[in-house]
Amino acid sequence: MAEHYSSFQRGGVRWLIQRVTAAFLVVVLAFHFFLLHFVHHADEVTFGMSSARMQELTYFSLMVLFLVTATFHGVNGVYNALINQGLVGVQKRIVQGVLIVASALLIVQGLRTAVVWAGGVPL
Amino acid sequence: MSQSYDRGLIEDFGRWREFSAGMWAWVFHKFTGWVLVGYLFTHIAVLSTALQSPAAYTTTIQSLESLLIVRLLEVGLLAVAVFHILNGVRLLFIDLGVGLEAQDRSFYASLILTGAIVVASVPTFLAGVFG
Repeated sequence: MAEHYSSFQRGGVRWLIQRVTAAFLVVVLAFHFFLLHFVHHADEVTFGMSSARMQELTYFSLMVLFLVTATFHGVNGVYNALINQGLVGVQKRIVQGVLIVASALLIVQGLRTAVVWAGGVPL
Repeated sequence: MSQSYDRGLIEDFGRWREFSAGMWAWVFHKFTGWVLVGYLFTHIAVLSTALQSPAAYTTTIQSLESLLIVRLLEVGLLAVAVFHILNGVRLLFIDLGVGLEAQDRSFYASLILTGAIVVASVPTFLAGVFG
């Protein structure tokens, strides 16, 4: 089984960023699950607890980076899956535009929420 | 090191009986990726209730967490995330040329480890929902 299956053209810039973000997300997603389900429990979550964590610059920065890398990794994965299904031409450009706008909206909404939790950027 | 040959379209799911372990790994990674990106958008939408008021956020989260179906969906989300992480690590190693000859075994190991982690996490994920 030495063959290799991937939706990406190997060696491209998006291929490389997909893997760099993957390496980061492996650690941070596992940490996120562990912290919010095992250290704390999801049913104990309150605004105050989320707020206290987000007021720490280290945690705030990590979560912002998590949001941006997860959005890129997820949306780039979707885009490549669609290209893999044969998306070309005008359709490809429309999908690209929709995904870029959706990503921007997601990141802006996530940042707004983060800033409300932290009561401003915790510098 | 690697060889290229005509594997046929993985996207032609009518051929699923012919799929090798590597093709199943590709299908599962794609499926779990779609679920996770869908969840990411939902997650931010739910967290955004913090923009209304602190009370709206706390009430929303605690109401959702009191529902058994939400807890079960969280277990499903854990399964999807753990598989995507473990299979992703496997893919990163393969991209580095490590473990090329053991891809099928490492895929089966990802599945077994995912199952073990999810089963072990069920008590934590369902804690408190029954009363």
